[in-house]
Amino acid sequence: MTAPSITVSETPLVLYTLRRADDALILGHRLSEWCGHAPVLEEDMALSNMALDLIGQARELYGYAAKVEGRDNDEDKLAYLRDVRQYRNLLLVERPNGDFAQTMVRQLFYAAFADLYWRGMMGSTDATLAAVAAKSEKECAYHLRHASEWVIRLGDGTDESHRRAQAAVDDLWAYTGEMFNIDDSERSLIDAGIAIDPTMLLPEWLSIVSHVAREATLTLPENDWMQRGGRDGRHSEHLGHLLSELQYMQRSFPGATW
Amino acid sequence: MYTQALNSPEEGSHAEDAVRASRFQARIDAEERIEPNAWMPAAYRKTLVRQISQHAHSEIVGMLPEGNWITRAPSLRRKAALLAKVQDECGHGLYLYAAAETLGASREELVDAMLAGKAKYSSIFNYPTLTWADIGVIGWLVDGAAIMNQIPLCRCSYGPYARAMIRVCKEESFHQRQGYEIMLTLCRGTAEQKAMAQEALNRWWWPVLMMFGPPDQASQHSDASTKWKIKRFSNDELRQKFIDATVPQAQYLGLTMPDPEMKQDEQGHWRHGPIDWNEFKQVLAGNGPCNRDRLAARRKAHADGAWVRDAAAAYAEKRARRQMAQAAE
Repeated sequence: MTAPSITVSETPLVLYTLRRADDALILGHRLSEWCGHAPVLEEDMALSNMALDLIGQARELYGYAAKVEGRDNDEDKLAYLRDVRQYRNLLLVERPNGDFAQTMVRQLFYAAFADLYWRGMMGSTDATLAAVAAKSEKECAYHLRHASEWVIRLGDGTDESHRRAQAAVDDLWAYTGEMFNIDDSERSLIDAGIAIDPTMLLPEWLSIVSHVAREATLTLPENDWMQRGGRDGRHSEHLGHLLSELQYMQRSFPGATW
Repeated sequence: MYTQALNSPEEGSHAEDAVRASRFQARIDAEERIEPNAWMPAAYRKTLVRQISQHAHSEIVGMLPEGNWITRAPSLRRKAALLAKVQDECGHGLYLYAAAETLGASREELVDAMLAGKAKYSSIFNYPTLTWADIGVIGWLVDGAAIMNQIPLCRCSYGPYARAMIRVCKEESFHQRQGYEIMLTLCRGTAEQKAMAQEALNRWWWPVLMMFGPPDQASQHSDASTKWKIKRFSNDELRQKFIDATVPQAQYLGLTMPDPEMKQDEQGHWRHGPIDWNEFKQVLAGNGPCNRDRLAARRKAHADGAWVRDAAAAYAEKRARRQMAQAAE
């Protein structure tokens, strides 16, 4: 017997909240995969810590999504009983960890965005989202600092680390554009002052990332073709494997309490 | 850099050493703490480096069996708690390596010895975590046994180790309660969950009893360690204390101890049946079910991380050079 997927009524606010929750959970999951396997013990600690921050953000957001939806879903049902096509996270955060450079560059791209994004969201007219934003912004500011320092070390370290860091930038660049996309559903929340417009953040994000890249002696790609689809449930092949691991227990033991 | 200074050969004659040794023992007998810069017999230092580094390695290797369930934890609350717990263990490892460094050993050489298979870590981590209930049992019993071993170490004669243990024990007792709470949830859950809990207890019980080390008549290190007040209770004493504390907890859970000979004596102690010390010997000799996997995982992390550590060192050097050049301008 396996537990079937739930259905979710994705009103604009539910969908919006799930998108942010899924970003945090999937990236937190990826970072937690490092635990016990990092290049130095201090990074085992740091990566676990950031994973914990992100899983904490996800829990608050799932809880809120469930409350707004007002049916009998909860944080665990939303996390464990939706399939790939129902997940709403950015393609960037589901990218596999790869080597440490891939993980750090992914972290830099996301944290530079999330820090700006949550800072803006602190002014949301939705009190719950504003409170989540205030906490998340502090955490993401640290994640950004940590990732920036590592990308600089790797880019300006040895020939090998430079090569790996540049390869990571080249591989992940096409997944950054999706962070700044909006659709009609999100537009209605922006108009109501509940959400902020992420397109406004692009210049500052570019300036932060370019500054780090320059310090790191890395080159940002000129290719401006951007992948998209995660926000609508069109994911890479990687997400299904991640979910099959993440959801194994809840799917295998329907209705059990843990 | 005083840790390196401690590496220099001890000067002075044997006669002086005898005087120092007797003063040292007098301090121990008076329950004084020995601090890093104090004189200490070479054998005391060696014993401590061995014990503290083995303890540190155990924390680090111990991240692997539990880490095996972080990505599969059954709820977000459990996932966060498990991740935080494994992170605590990494912190204990770092803290303990730092305590060993106060004795003149370096983290790198200690870690290298572990990766080369020359240093030991707790035998318990050479067993696999097969179901979610294993995470409950590890918290309840493995951390429970560790606490039983470590509480007396909070009064160990060597100051940095004793202080490290105070902090470690606080976190371990939180882990232990967390593990017991997982067991309680399983035992009050579905029949399938309760069976999962019992099956995990059956697999872990005997290896957990082996964590206290060989029986007293066979223990190699106890005598000197007792004299130096590094060790305050014998292996068998601690094992008995642990069993006496654990049996009522298992009864409360409604679980059966996997020892048909277990019975309570007239003094109220729960007496266990024979332990398979051959299994213990085999695990220590590298033949446990996971010895090879555990070492391979640590070696892989170390090897895969080499270019990252090299990059950090190269960058730090470049940066220092640039700052010097700037200062010279």
